[in-house]
Amino acid sequence: MSQALDPRAAAHVSEVAVSVELQTPGMTLNIGPQHPSTHGVLRLVAELDGERIVNVEPVIGYMHRGYEKLSEVRTYPQITALVNRIDWVSGFANEIPLMVAVERLMEIEVPERAQSIRLILTELARISSHLVFMSSYPLELGAATPLMHALREREHVLELIEGATGGRFHPNFNRIGGVKPAAGGGSTQKKVVQDLPKNFLAETRAAMDNVLEVCDDIDTLVTGNEIFQARTMGVAVLPADQALAYGVSGPNLRASGVAFDLRKHEDYLPYHKYDFDVVTGDNGDCFDRYRVRVEEVRQAARIVNQAIDDLPGGPLQAKVPRVIKVPKGETYVRAENPKGEMGYYLVSDGGRIPYRLKIRSASFSNLSILPWALKGLIVPDIIALLGSLDFVLGDVDR
Amino acid sequence: MTSLVGIEINFYVLLTLKILAITGVVLTGILPIIFGELKISAHMQSRVGPYFAGGRWGWAQPLADGIKFFQKEDLVPAAADRQVYKLAPYLLMVSTLAVFVIIPFSPNLIAADLDLGIFFALAISSLSTLGVLMAGWSSGNKYSLIGGLRAAAQIIAYELPLVLAVIGVVIQAGTLSMVGIVEAQIDMGVPYLVGGQVIGFGIFFTASLAELNRTPFDLPIAESELVMGYLTEYSGFRFTTFFLAEYAGVFSISAIAATLFLGGYGFWGLDSTVFGPFVLVAKVGLLAFLMIWIRWTWPRMREDQLQTMAWKWLVPLALANIMVTAIFKVVF
Repeated sequence: MSQALDPRAAAHVSEVAVSVELQTPGMTLNIGPQHPSTHGVLRLVAELDGERIVNVEPVIGYMHRGYEKLSEVRTYPQITALVNRIDWVSGFANEIPLMVAVERLMEIEVPERAQSIRLILTELARISSHLVFMSSYPLELGAATPLMHALREREHVLELIEGATGGRFHPNFNRIGGVKPAAGGGSTQKKVVQDLPKNFLAETRAAMDNVLEVCDDIDTLVTGNEIFQARTMGVAVLPADQALAYGVSGPNLRASGVAFDLRKHEDYLPYHKYDFDVVTGDNGDCFDRYRVRVEEVRQAARIVNQAIDDLPGGPLQAKVPRVIKVPKGETYVRAENPKGEMGYYLVSDGGRIPYRLKIRSASFSNLSILPWALKGLIVPDIIALLGSLDFVLGDVDR
Repeated sequence: MTSLVGIEINFYVLLTLKILAITGVVLTGILPIIFGELKISAHMQSRVGPYFAGGRWGWAQPLADGIKFFQKEDLVPAAADRQVYKLAPYLLMVSTLAVFVIIPFSPNLIAADLDLGIFFALAISSLSTLGVLMAGWSSGNKYSLIGGLRAAAQIIAYELPLVLAVIGVVIQAGTLSMVGIVEAQIDMGVPYLVGGQVIGFGIFFTASLAELNRTPFDLPIAESELVMGYLTEYSGFRFTTFFLAEYAGVFSISAIAATLFLGGYGFWGLDSTVFGPFVLVAKVGLLAFLMIWIRWTWPRMREDQLQTMAWKWLVPLALANIMVTAIFKVVF
């Protein structure tokens, strides 16, 4: 194109060139899958205008392990080992709804003591999960110190879980019809059933005191901090109707003011025996999501203390057939997990393995609100929102 | 003896000695600060911190870290602007080191007692922006770019309150010379922190935290958002240079703050010529501890909040401070 342009066209071209130069095209920022604050392998493709987010697309699936399919080729007792790896921060709590689903189909009555032990350990899992949140959330906002204090107490809670079940993260403790005789010697003889470890109850009570204390510590160190409040109050508000529409559940939903707690609405574990409050927030912002979780730790400690006080005696296991065959039928059991509503839709064709096991995990639904919620925020708020949703990628991808 | 040649040799010998002395002071001065940061942060987080290096309390940990960094490969990303990328850390380091020229350790122990001492310090420390911006721009990484731009915006915003806070001191002391400012405080009997510049100190300290990119103003290297900001791509020796420059910055800003507001090398009843350096180092240690304390306690602010704080609060407050100081100076 070496032809000489006529002057008018040349002027036009130069005008165009100027206007092209003055444009500020958006930048596409790829956050993750390897990034310090995506809780694993979440990837966000964010279109930015300066630091403001125009559009964001979450890309998930980097941790898909195919648990639903794997479950279709495993016997029921084997599935327990899979499901506590879904949300590994609260491994124990994942087992409960599955066990309850199987037991309901098989019409097994679980002994009271086993139920109470399940309840205690579920609440311990909730405490440990929320303590992870309480440690990681300030870290994401730049405060490194609460991490250590909260994780220290979580370690004690994990030790309790380990003492009772033998595993810190993946207890694999539930059996169909009850719970496993606890770890430790003595269980080799058929008649002698090893119950909860010695001093478990006293240690749990002491640990609950420590947990409550660290909640107060975190309150003084983080909750009242001006900068923390400025970073979280009024940031990334999820209105109740939007949260419900996206299927957000758990503390994230309660922070938006919806008093929806499956511990009150369902009867998968005997929560009705104990007093506890459903904590709700008012504004649905990041601060409320944080505050609700801190409060829930206190409520969980309250439940655990009550459950220890009137732990019923009796067997740990109901009578179950040696080969577990679930009668034909289907059921959906959901439970209030630390991250939100966790449900298993179990279809059995009468055999030793499930015909289909659909896992409804809380983090997946909670995460689905991201594109809606992130629009219009700025880059630091991505982190504030991601952290406050408290998801685990294993729970998202399964 | 008085020949030109003699003076010239003398001058260069003196210059070399001064450069060596300053570099030595900086290196020996910042190692304890790094060690302090490691240990103090550890104890604040109920950890033990470094424990093995050096045999006792892990005192050699900063040295061990340094040696480790030197051994690492010096990577330059393919997308980087090589020359700018390589130059950036040294520019930052030079701008930080040059500040030490005007820090008086005692009435005589000062590399150059410039008449415009504090002005020189503020001017030369602003160069650090350039280093950070170069690092962010040349890395060929979006996180680095955002980090570098954030740093630039932040340092421009906080340079102003920093300078305005210093003006209060300058008005009260009636001189720009660092030694002169210290002597004015010794004459007055109390450091300016007590003697009228408490607001100025608050502004100066806040702004200097922002200048140093330290919590709560560590947005340019906000780990949870920008991985490591403008430092993301750096490794090996160049990263070490950034790292040392950061702590040299802590040292130098603390020293300037100590000189301007805490009476510098002067302390009641102690002979400045003998105890001056120790007094100043103690005051620097105090301020450095304060910075470490803040860093391990507070979360990070957001960019807009940071700018709001600078323009809507610190600048007007600093202007009011200047006005009040000037009125007092004239009236009394």
